[in-house]
Amino acid sequence: MATRALTIEDVKTGEVTQAVYEHPFVVRLCHWVNAVSLFVMVGSGFQIFRAFPSFGAKIPQKDLLNWPKAFALGGWLGGALQWHLTFMWIYIATGLLYLGYQVFSGNYKQVLFVRRDLPGVWPMVRHYFFFGPKPPVSEAYNPLQKHAYTSAIVLGALSVLTGVAVWKPVQFSWLAWMMGGFHLARLWHFLIMWAILAFVFGHLVMVVLHGWNNFVSMLTGWKKHPEYPSE
Amino acid sequence: MNSRTDSRKFKSVSRRELLKLTPVIALGAFAIPQLQNPLLKGGLAFSDWASARLFRSGHLASTFADSDLTPFDKFPINDYDVDDPGVDFDKWTLTVSGAVQKPGDYTLAQIQALPKFTQNTRHVCVEGWDVIGRFGGVRLSHFLKMIGADPTARFVTVQCADDYYESLDIATATHPQSLLCYEMYGQPLTREHGAPLRLSIPTKIGYKQAKYLTGLKVSHVLEKVGYWEDQGYSEFYGL
Repeated sequence: MATRALTIEDVKTGEVTQAVYEHPFVVRLCHWVNAVSLFVMVGSGFQIFRAFPSFGAKIPQKDLLNWPKAFALGGWLGGALQWHLTFMWIYIATGLLYLGYQVFSGNYKQVLFVRRDLPGVWPMVRHYFFFGPKPPVSEAYNPLQKHAYTSAIVLGALSVLTGVAVWKPVQFSWLAWMMGGFHLARLWHFLIMWAILAFVFGHLVMVVLHGWNNFVSMLTGWKKHPEYPSE
Repeated sequence: MNSRTDSRKFKSVSRRELLKLTPVIALGAFAIPQLQNPLLKGGLAFSDWASARLFRSGHLASTFADSDLTPFDKFPINDYDVDDPGVDFDKWTLTVSGAVQKPGDYTLAQIQALPKFTQNTRHVCVEGWDVIGRFGGVRLSHFLKMIGADPTARFVTVQCADDYYESLDIATATHPQSLLCYEMYGQPLTREHGAPLRLSIPTKIGYKQAKYLTGLKVSHVLEKVGYWEDQGYSEFYGL
């Protein structure tokens, strides 16, 4: 895959740096719209959950956790449903635009975790968590990153499918059936949200630890001082 | 593909790329108080529109075995006001009005003269809980035929003894599982569950399945949507 690359010469000092065009416009747009959507979906989801914070019977009701109202969006169940049912369309549209773009542009190769990436996972885990040596970098994302991003995309799709099963358990009875019925679909939807939150947490930690350059590249598309050779 | 550029030019290229993201700021409209409500109402209306398109008249809600039933005493009693609005059963009638050939007061005996259907279906509350109950009654579609409802009418609105009110789109009202329900678990409806007559609509969320019915109106336009809808809930909320 050909990557657009530039050699930048500082006009004053004459210093030379490299930059690569890492994130196409559609990817950046989807990333930031999705960041807002996720915030709204999770916040309003918590407010919806507050109406019945349990996955058991209604009688007797055993609450799983009493989620604080301060970390919920919408004010009450009806308000939260308005947020949830509005932003779900933005969330779905963004997901479809992203997937369509990645597939048709071929850019998916940047993030899709494939069998070839498997041997590189353990060395990266050793490096991140057990002070192992840093494996050589040859592309935008290392195998562990690819694994994380591919998982996040799968989780995003699952959040929509479980959500549809909760929203329309009769019209999409086959979806609800695959999840063990309406009752369990609600639990899956909740668990997948936590998995997405775990990804977001790890993602934010890595951004803070690793990089201003990474952060800027998701804004402008261009990444200065790439660790991998540009073609 | 590697070409040279100077740092000034690179800065302007980067800036242009950054500016392309300005459409994301449009989402900030949701944070402006004056715009937030209309935007969310619009989103909800779009969801309702999509829900009505997704509804299939011939698609039945799942039915369950007797062994799957939630025990009767564990079937929640939800209402917005009182458990028992004190209906006088001896004097009770269902007042039919609107686009019908035979308006007037119908007794429970007249309604029960129609063929009876019993079904074990899931009752889903907007709060998130669900139970499986056994509901018996007559098909709303049969009753609409009995009262000579205008086949071009689009809505059925109900009035309740506790001043609750609800509405159904005609597609849902004429769905074969939509019941005017007078029995639960093989027994006449108890007062808390909406005696003498309630709606049981397994393709709708719980708050649309009104209890303690006193009036039924068939209409072409929707004058009153529903108590909870007026507080901000979805109008269609089909399952």
